[in-house]
Amino acid sequence: MMTVNEVITIDNMIEKIASLLPRHYRFVTMTAVDVDTHFDLYYHFDLDYELTTLLLKLDKGAKLPSISGICPPALVVENEIQDLFGIVVSGLNLDYRDHFLLATDAPARPFCRVPGVSVSIVETEKTGGEK
Amino acid sequence: MSMVIPFGPQHPVLPEPIQLRLSLQEERVTSALPVLGYIHRGLEKLAEEKDFQQDAYLVERVCGICSFIHSMCYCQGIEELMDLKVPPRAQYLRVVWSELHRMHSHLLATGLLADAFGFENLFMQLWRTREHVMDAMEYTTGARIMLGSCCIGGVRKDINEEQKKFVLDKLNTVEKDLKVLLPVLLEDYSVKKRLVGIGMLDQLTARERGAVGPTARGSGLAMDHRMTGYCAYGELGFEPVVENGCDSYARTQVRAGELLQSIDLVRRALDRLPDSELKVPFKGNPPAGEVVIRAEQPRGEVFYFLKSSGKDKLDRLRVRTPTFANLSPLLAMLTGCTLPDVAVIILSVDPCVSCTER
Repeated sequence: MMTVNEVITIDNMIEKIASLLPRHYRFVTMTAVDVDTHFDLYYHFDLDYELTTLLLKLDKGAKLPSISGICPPALVVENEIQDLFGIVVSGLNLDYRDHFLLATDAPARPFCRVPGVSVSIVETEKTGGEK
Repeated sequence: MSMVIPFGPQHPVLPEPIQLRLSLQEERVTSALPVLGYIHRGLEKLAEEKDFQQDAYLVERVCGICSFIHSMCYCQGIEELMDLKVPPRAQYLRVVWSELHRMHSHLLATGLLADAFGFENLFMQLWRTREHVMDAMEYTTGARIMLGSCCIGGVRKDINEEQKKFVLDKLNTVEKDLKVLLPVLLEDYSVKKRLVGIGMLDQLTARERGAVGPTARGSGLAMDHRMTGYCAYGELGFEPVVENGCDSYARTQVRAGELLQSIDLVRRALDRLPDSELKVPFKGNPPAGEVVIRAEQPRGEVFYFLKSSGKDKLDRLRVRTPTFANLSPLLAMLTGCTLPDVAVIILSVDPCVSCTER
C-alpha cells in the first residue's frame, strides 16, 4: 500500500519539496485524483528505491503553485495535469495553456469527475495555442 | 542567423510522431520545445470505465513494444491491493517474458539508432536478430508483442519442455549474432564518430532532471528497479549495467550490455523454473486503498498508481512511463548540439511516444 509521508499545504509545499532535492531525492512524478470535493495531488520522490509521497489537498478553483522552478522535470507533469484536470498551475516555466496533450478540439479537462463545476478556466480554453 | 525548425512529427528517423521545435543559431540548437498530443488516446480515463480485470488487457496496449511489462506492473499492483501471493513458477515466467521484451526492444532501438546515423546494413542485421526473439515469444504465448500471458494472480500460460528448448535455441542464435554485431555497433570508427561525445548528460543533470533507464545508467547512475528484487529478480541475482561516458555512445553501451544480460537472465530463469501452480484464484473486487507499483522497462522505470474504492472499477489509474521521465533530460541534451546530431540524440534515448501520451 502507498504511504503518504506528509500532508503539505499550498503555503509550505515549495519549501518542503525544495528541502528534499539537495538530499538527492529524485522527482518521480505527480498524480492528480479528483475526489469530487477537492483534488488530491501526490508528489512522488525516490531515494534508493524508497518512495516518498507528499499529499496536497487542493480546493477546486484554487491555483496550484508550480514547482517547475525548483524541479524542472515537474514541468511536463504540471502541464499534463492542467490539461486533463483543468487545475490552473501558476508560475509554470513554460505554459502550454491546456494544449500539452489535448488538441484544440478535444473536450476540455476530461479527467474531472463533474465537468463544469471543477474550476473556472473558461479564458484558457479560448487562448490555447494551436497544436 | 536564428530560426525555428519544426523537427517532426513526421520525420524519417522518428518511429512515432513527436515534434520538437528547435530554436537554432546557425547550426546550433539553443533550445528545444516538445509538442505532444498527436497520439493521445486517454487510456487512463478509459481504465476508469473498464473493470479491474479488463484493465489488465487495456494497459498492455499502452505500449506496442514493452506491453508485457505494463500488464505485469498493473497486475502486481492489484495483487498488492488484494494481498495475493503469486506462485513461484509464475514469478519466473514473468521474468522470462519481461527479459524477452527487453531484448526485442533494445534490438529495435539500436537498429533505429543505426538507421539514424546512416548504417542501414547494421539496422537490418539487428532487426533480423530481433525476429528470433519475436519467434521465441510467439512460440511460448502465441503472440509476438501483445502476449496477453500475464493475469492477476499469476500467468495465463506455461512454458513446457519443448518450448523451453525452442527458446534456448533462439537465445543461442541471438547470442551468436550479437557476437558479430555488437563489436560493429561499439567499435566501428564511423559509429563512434556519430555517438561519442554527442548528447552529453552529466550525472548531476541526469539526477536533477529525473532520468531513468539506460539514459540514467549511461550517465553513471546505478539505478535499475530490478535491484528491488520484484518477481524472481531477487533470487536470480542482478547487477545493473552502468557506463560513465554520459553520451549517446554510453547509452548504446548500456543497451548492448543489457542484451547479453537478458540472455543470461532468461537462461537462468528457465533453468531454475520451479514447479507450482500458475496463478492463485481470487474472488471479489480489490479493497479500497491506494498502491504505487514500479518496474523496470527497457526504457527505464515505469510507475503505476492505482486507487480503488472497493468497486469493480478503479477510481484512478495513473501511468508514468519512462519516456515521459526522459523528456526533460532529452531537452537538456539537445541544448547546445548541432542540427545533424538531433536525430541521433533523440534515438539514443529510445523514445516511445505512444507510451508517453497514453
